[in-house]
Amino acid sequence: MNSNRLTNIMIPIFAVLLGILAGAIVMIVSGYDPIAGYSALLYGAFGDRYYIGETIRQVTPYILAGLAVAFAFRTGLFNIGVEGQLIVGWLAAVWVGVSFELPKFIHLPLAILAAAIAGALWAFIPGILKARFKVHEVIVTIMMNYIALHVSNAIIRSVLSDQGFKSEKIHASASLRSEFLQSITDYSTLHYGIIISLIGAVVMWFLLEKTTKGYELRAVGFNQHASHYAGMNVNRNIVLAMVISGAFAGVAGAMEGLGTFENISVKAGFTGVGFDGIAVALLGGNNAFGIIFAAILFGALKVGALEMPSSADVPTELVDIVIALIIFFVASSYLIRLVLNRFKKEGK
Amino acid sequence: MEYVIEMLNIRKVFGNFVANDNITLQLKKGEIHALLGENGAGKSTLMNVLFGLYQPDGGEIRVKGKTVKIANPNVANDLGIGMVHQHFMLVDTFTVTENIILGSEPTKRGQIDMKRAEQEVRELSERYGLAVDPTAKIADISVGMQQRVEILKTLYRGADILIFDEPTAVLTPQEIQELIQIMKTLVKEGKSIILITHKLKEIMEVCDRVTVIRRGKGIGTLNVSETNPNELAAMMVGREVHFKTEKKPPKVGKPVLEIKDLVVKDSRGVTVVDHLNLTVHSGEIVGIAGVDGNGQSELIEAITGLIKSESGSIKLNGKEIRNLTPRQITEAGVGHIPQDRHKHGLVLDFPIAENMVLQTYYKEPYSKNGILNFKKIYEKARQLIQEFDVRTPDEYTKARALSGGNQQKAIIGREVDRDPDLLIAAQPTRGLDVGAIEFIHKRLIEQRDKGKAVLLVSFELDEIMNVSDRIAVIYEGKIVAIVDPKETTEQELGLLMAGSKRKEAGVSS
Repeated sequence: MNSNRLTNIMIPIFAVLLGILAGAIVMIVSGYDPIAGYSALLYGAFGDRYYIGETIRQVTPYILAGLAVAFAFRTGLFNIGVEGQLIVGWLAAVWVGVSFELPKFIHLPLAILAAAIAGALWAFIPGILKARFKVHEVIVTIMMNYIALHVSNAIIRSVLSDQGFKSEKIHASASLRSEFLQSITDYSTLHYGIIISLIGAVVMWFLLEKTTKGYELRAVGFNQHASHYAGMNVNRNIVLAMVISGAFAGVAGAMEGLGTFENISVKAGFTGVGFDGIAVALLGGNNAFGIIFAAILFGALKVGALEMPSSADVPTELVDIVIALIIFFVASSYLIRLVLNRFKKEGK
Repeated sequence: MEYVIEMLNIRKVFGNFVANDNITLQLKKGEIHALLGENGAGKSTLMNVLFGLYQPDGGEIRVKGKTVKIANPNVANDLGIGMVHQHFMLVDTFTVTENIILGSEPTKRGQIDMKRAEQEVRELSERYGLAVDPTAKIADISVGMQQRVEILKTLYRGADILIFDEPTAVLTPQEIQELIQIMKTLVKEGKSIILITHKLKEIMEVCDRVTVIRRGKGIGTLNVSETNPNELAAMMVGREVHFKTEKKPPKVGKPVLEIKDLVVKDSRGVTVVDHLNLTVHSGEIVGIAGVDGNGQSELIEAITGLIKSESGSIKLNGKEIRNLTPRQITEAGVGHIPQDRHKHGLVLDFPIAENMVLQTYYKEPYSKNGILNFKKIYEKARQLIQEFDVRTPDEYTKARALSGGNQQKAIIGREVDRDPDLLIAAQPTRGLDVGAIEFIHKRLIEQRDKGKAVLLVSFELDEIMNVSDRIAVIYEGKIVAIVDPKETTEQELGLLMAGSKRKEAGVSS
């Protein structure tokens, strides 16, 4: 029991170390200094107040995207559509942010709520298709990502701007930015969103582990037949799980729209945050608090990597490879579990 | 007399748990040797040690007189030990031959020599009287045939010591007889067999000697000709076991369940329950006897709301419950011990405690204002674990980790505790050992003595004859006869189940 828990914590740590090692080998082979490269990465993530602020800002949407993926996963669903739900959430938040002028204590919650609803609606469609017609949610959510991307681009061009490439800036009353947070982090883009993400993690934990509805959702996730036998409405729970998952994703979008960027611009491609959320959820073991740590890792890699080309001369392409390797090893934790178990057996 | 296998003082420990405590098992050449024990007694552990899946912590293994170390199943194979697993390890879309040669394919110029393989499989099959078609697809052959393919697999690899892991659990009575013949042929051809089982009847019929283990300890080895089922059962369980369940005459009351003209169609639109009539009164156990696939499962699923029925009426205490949701039916007072405990009965990845409130989690005191009260849930779980003798380390253990018998006790505890007016038990003792079976039968009779109605479905005639107050025979979706267990015989029931209508059951009670 106890050694099991230890293995569960050991595996992700081991995976990250392996990834770092593999990245080092790639850097050596390509003729760069891995120690300089990783020190630059570390410095770029946590080196001073500014970088710490930037890292926390990047961690914010990662936590929420990870929660979205994990929530669906815990109820037996693969929500690959977090990216699309995030984009519509972002759009909805900015829309509310630019369209109204209200006192902050109404405007900001309203904008976040709009993002949550938008994300939830976007996830409702694959949910209802799964429950009603047994259409696999992976296919529908992937397609919904593209629809989200292009529909939001069209709306940005035609509604939120006059054939421009970005919307207006949101009103200050809807912004998550904080002069205080910026001042203590040397004018980084850190905003209050991190608090919302952390609350999100607590909400997910509480919802799944402590509430009656969460019990149902977990039961449906593990065994639909037994849930049906027990008198639960399996289809309604599937839809509900998708909707809640989508709401988390929508709020992740609000973090970008109300905090980091304060607007929304036409996108050439996906933000990637929603897809990284899958890796964050996996690394965090689909556990609300594990996800926070996984998101910190991903945020640090993303922000720290920006420093590698300038101070260690590692080209951006190589940085991408190194980061990808770390994620690769994290995602293949199954393999690592196998190896660890083998070691344990032989040790006995 | 030569021993082909000697497992001497084998000890195997998992953490603090001693699974095998100095067990000795000696297999003579050419004998069928039974390994008898309750679920969780350590039979599988012992055999996994012999097959090289576990390493023993003490003791020694000798094969044909020589001390050996069996590091993995390949070593076991090389020593001529083969295992016929309870859950078949076959590729459904491959042919019989392809499955048998998998892993040791005969090749000719880099290609599989399928002709030679088929020839070899055919010869083996004929030699041991297995009558397997080497070219048939696994998906197309019966479970009994699939088991023979497993036997052929071990023979093809040159095994002369065969371990059968509860081979009869998945077979029909007829297939069991055929398997017994096959085992006898194998022994005649010089093979030696270890038969893992908890069915005493089979041991008496086919085995030469029997080794009994209980809670990880070896109790002793006996010659089958010098013992009897009662002695074996007592050795296995550690106390006297009553095969005939004691019960008082029933106090039959008012009708609780009334089914009239019920029609149920399966997913393909075939009528599987055909204008069925049946009444179950309070204070009686009605047993439904029938060959599998005559509408039993659909009947139960229709009563409990798991599937929709076409027409007819199902009344509980006079109130129509047909095609209500499972929750409405549960709340109306129906308890259901489902046929497949893993599929319907339990959420295996939930702790025992959460499984104990599977139908009541949303009610007070387990839930208040949408928040679960875990203190109350754990309290209830502890109470049921104790009352129903569920052997588990604690209430937080996942249901998956429990043995089948204990899982079943947990389900029965949960269903009985809800105090339903009608308790439906579908195959409640399938795969369980005599101790657990006795316990479950007692609980069913207890419910009936409390004035509840019990509907029992079972394919085991012994169970039906023993426990029921009335037997309803189902054939092709209809109740074709209602008989009194005291006035009928297995032969008569067998004929009725096969569809020879000697008693017309126009009356429903």
